[in-house]
Amino acid sequence: MASASRAGPVVGADADDARWIDGLRGPRTAQAEGRLHDLLVRAARAEVARRAGRLRLAGPELDDIAHQAAHDAMLAILRKLDTFRGDSRFTTWAYKFVIFEVSGKIARHFWAHADEPVEAEQWERLPDRLGFSPEDAAESADLLDAVRRAVDGQLTDRQREVFVALVLHGVPVDALAERMGTNRNALYKTMFDARRKIRGFLVAHGHLPQARIGEQA
Amino acid sequence: MTGRDDLLRFLETDDRDAGCERTKELLHAYVELVLAGNDPELTYPGITVHLRTCGACVDDFEGLLAAARADAGPE
Repeated sequence: MASASRAGPVVGADADDARWIDGLRGPRTAQAEGRLHDLLVRAARAEVARRAGRLRLAGPELDDIAHQAAHDAMLAILRKLDTFRGDSRFTTWAYKFVIFEVSGKIARHFWAHADEPVEAEQWERLPDRLGFSPEDAAESADLLDAVRRAVDGQLTDRQREVFVALVLHGVPVDALAERMGTNRNALYKTMFDARRKIRGFLVAHGHLPQARIGEQA
Repeated sequence: MTGRDDLLRFLETDDRDAGCERTKELLHAYVELVLAGNDPELTYPGITVHLRTCGACVDDFEGLLAAARADAGPE
């Protein structure tokens, strides 16, 4: 496994952090890398297990994801070692990489187990997806109809596509990002703008009160 | 809590929202403040706002918090 290049001291790092950094940069990198790899595998397994209830994956597949995530996180950590600034424990910083790797790898598995195409719009799901009970939905039929009209009439094609996939079909944002060749942040921004437009439409048509101070409808 | 309340919360937007990219960049520091018993909102208000509405980042936050809590540090 590749070793990081030697660099200067890390601002804010405590003694434990310094041992990690020195170990990963120093002459006995294999020992430190082995120790870090063990921690990453342990963290990856725990994270996969934490998310397993939402997955249609069997034990061996889950363990495979954990090992791949730990391996890829290790490479990323060594590549970015010089960016560690000591604003957390080294291990917390390192775990961040493995959590993100698990998150991304699980998202990629979504499409292999998806039941249906996400192109079909199933508006009858909207109340349930938005947390409405059948009774709530009946009482708020006008509001829900207005949401649909806002999605149809106010959103751009891309905002509508993202809304339908994320809200009506419950596609995980990272899975959708991979399918659309973009990233979580860009889709979040798309939905942020869509939510604001929908809210503005609902306010303009008397379904909601005006935006509170600090918000823009 | 009704569906209507959930919908209103879902549609609320806040200009202080840090977004996913910034949140991912600083998540380790945010988690460290939580572990230390400090209020992370004082240091990172935009991330706190973001974590109110981004389920994917909340999932990462909870995973990182669990990993860091379980960590006994290097031997």
